[in-house]
Amino acid sequence: MTVLPPRADLQTTDPVLTLTGISKSFPGVRALHDVALELYPGQVTALVGENGAGKSTIVKILTGIYQPDTGAIAVAGQQTHFSTAAAAEAAGVTAIHQETVLFDELTVAENIFLGHAPRGRMGLIDWRAMNEAARALLARIGADLDPSARLRDLGIASKHLVSIARALSIDARVVIMDEPTAALSHKEIHELYALVERLKAEGKAILFISHKFDEIFRIADRWAVFRDGELVGHGMMRDVHEAQLVRLMVGRSVDQIFPKRQPKLGPPALTVAGYCHPTEFDDIRFTLHEGEILGFYGLIGAGRSEVMQSLFGLTKPSKGACRIGDRIAVIRSTAEAIANGIVYVPEDRGTQGAIKGLPIFQNVTLPSLARTSRKGFLRLAEEFRLAREFTSRLDLRAASLDQDVALLSGGNQQKVVIAKWLATKPRVIILDEPTKGIDIGSKAAVHEFMAELAGQGLAVIMVSSEIPEIMGMSDRVIVMREGRMVAEYARDEMTPERLVRAAAGLGDGMEEDRA
Amino acid sequence: MSRALKSREALLGGAILSMVALIAIRFPQFVAPSNLVGTFNDTSPLILLALGEMAVILAKCIDLSVAANLALCGMVAAMMNTMGIPLPLIILAATALGAVVGMVNGLLVWKLDIPPIVVTLGTMTITRGAIFLISGGKWINDQQLSESFKDFPRSVVLGLPVMAWVAIVVALAFAVLIGRTPFGRSLFAVGGNPNAAIYTGINVGRTQALAFTLAGALAGLTGYLWIARYAVAYVDIANGFELDVVAACVIGGISIAGGAGSVAGAVLGALFLGVIKNALPVVGISPFWQMAISGSAILAAVAINARERRRAGRVILKTAESRA
Repeated sequence: MTVLPPRADLQTTDPVLTLTGISKSFPGVRALHDVALELYPGQVTALVGENGAGKSTIVKILTGIYQPDTGAIAVAGQQTHFSTAAAAEAAGVTAIHQETVLFDELTVAENIFLGHAPRGRMGLIDWRAMNEAARALLARIGADLDPSARLRDLGIASKHLVSIARALSIDARVVIMDEPTAALSHKEIHELYALVERLKAEGKAILFISHKFDEIFRIADRWAVFRDGELVGHGMMRDVHEAQLVRLMVGRSVDQIFPKRQPKLGPPALTVAGYCHPTEFDDIRFTLHEGEILGFYGLIGAGRSEVMQSLFGLTKPSKGACRIGDRIAVIRSTAEAIANGIVYVPEDRGTQGAIKGLPIFQNVTLPSLARTSRKGFLRLAEEFRLAREFTSRLDLRAASLDQDVALLSGGNQQKVVIAKWLATKPRVIILDEPTKGIDIGSKAAVHEFMAELAGQGLAVIMVSSEIPEIMGMSDRVIVMREGRMVAEYARDEMTPERLVRAAAGLGDGMEEDRA
Repeated sequence: MSRALKSREALLGGAILSMVALIAIRFPQFVAPSNLVGTFNDTSPLILLALGEMAVILAKCIDLSVAANLALCGMVAAMMNTMGIPLPLIILAATALGAVVGMVNGLLVWKLDIPPIVVTLGTMTITRGAIFLISGGKWINDQQLSESFKDFPRSVVLGLPVMAWVAIVVALAFAVLIGRTPFGRSLFAVGGNPNAAIYTGINVGRTQALAFTLAGALAGLTGYLWIARYAVAYVDIANGFELDVVAACVIGGISIAGGAGSVAGAVLGALFLGVIKNALPVVGISPFWQMAISGSAILAAVAINARERRRAGRVILKTAESRA
């Protein structure tokens, strides 16, 4: 780590960007309430908080995508409104997103100068000047990139560099980095840190959103913690300890109500031993019992979904074995996974769930056709029977099972998708972020349903990034970090602090008890 | 959706019937049974290829090589005939060769992930080149082909030529395959939402490759029928016919985006084009008008499709949901 020059001036400088009293509500959700935030030139402010704490909302307000309901934004003391993304950019605020929002088919230079390309004679783009200027900008941030390279040929780290060069090209004063290291490799992360130092030296104010404590303590000067849409604390990095940050992050009253259940564990339903993948995960081992809900907690990109996709036959593990019930199972395709009694309800139910254009009953029976057909021919009566059985169990409201699934509302489509999986009579059901993006009422219904499934003896794996959900639903939780299992807690050992610490790589959280 | 499709097929059937009726008012000889049989018979190759193409388009792909494949298999059949190979073997070989060409398309799409339009544009050209290579660019004409070879598709059984019967039997088999087998169902799933299809245990690539193989086999079979019917084989047989085939599918309401369509639609789409092609000479309109008319029919069909899709919006009202 480079030794920073003494910063006697830290408190004395005026903030370049000041937010006061910002509130923002969406129908049924209060995303932000009376939030204040100050960003200082030449300093990194780390913004931390759990999923749903309001971090993305504040980024969208700062970049002009959302307008706050109340509150004021001031840039260098001047009150302004960011009515559009262009207005925010013109005021010198720019964001580097987790997944870059650049144009894959354009060159590096075009991406940097899109919308403000240098013009030559007759208003045409001056390519030579643009490439030269791009080269100079890239050199300024120490990026070894060819301005005429096509963006789609670059990795995520390089795309971040292009975003940063773009920020410099519009002479940004405020740079927002939204989990910039989530998708980067170890080496790329360190290069990014060096770049952040350089931006600081140029006097940029940086808002750095991250879940990783090690990096916050490494690069940030100030901190701010959001919880449930409110600013619950802020201050100087040198005055804070990580335990204090964790406490502020999770210190909420859990106001959600989760179904009470008495788990009755049966024999092992799924045993995974030494599952490895060359790039995504390593040495995954666990035993899941019938009637159990096993939570998988971790930060985004910790490899949880990747493990599940491999168990479901979408990718092949390089090593390892799994046993379903008492049989060794070899799963090379999703069809084999389903035949073995494993089903996976993916996170993105829109694109990976219902098949629009097919009637409801055909959507339900699609993975069960082997069972409903005889001698290679479909039996429609049998399909209707199966579809009726499972859709009525879920209280699906539809005029007829013959109607196109696209005509159903979102909630009912989701019921069709779940009916589809239950109709395969699975032994193990994997739910990936089952309540992401749905309202509180529907969440409760999903939780109720999950409890019911486990009560019927199904083995349930729940991948979730929401601590209350993990705490409220799982009988046991496995925490993953950077592709490895880093901790495992039984229900009575789980605390929000332990989960956050383990996921952030601050030890498995058990040492303090042992000590 | 299925109700809309049914009404759409009724619409197309009605359009064909009223077209025939209109022509019959001025030219009653057009509706003479022998002429109608002739028209249907002439349309049989288009029906056969349209059925294969339908399977491919349902699976979100397209096959531009069917006509070239037809020509290759026809040429091979004709050459085998000149060598004195028995007819059943020739038919089998032509069908198998067509299936192999289709399978190559399918494997390239499946294993190498190349867009179907590019793959089949390539195999289309390669196949035409192959015909030139094996035939040396020479024609095989009437005198060189045996009588039994030429007679089979033309021989009349129960009032219809064998070629027409082949189209009817294949269409019925397709109705069963598409509507009553897991493979048929998976075509709709793959075309409707490939991502979701993967998660339901369907091998998307293999399903698409199978569709290509099927289309190829039908092109091979039709290749023999075509050569025998017209009693001549040369490099440029059925040149540009692939566009008629795709047009028949589009007019028949097979969604070019995949996942929607029916066997009846494909057959009716082919018949629509067939009736126009056979009626224009009777009515005395230049064949060049035929192109303009089929072109307009394609645009009209696509416009109707687009309107239907727009109508099927999201249903948000609870009351509308139970009514739908």
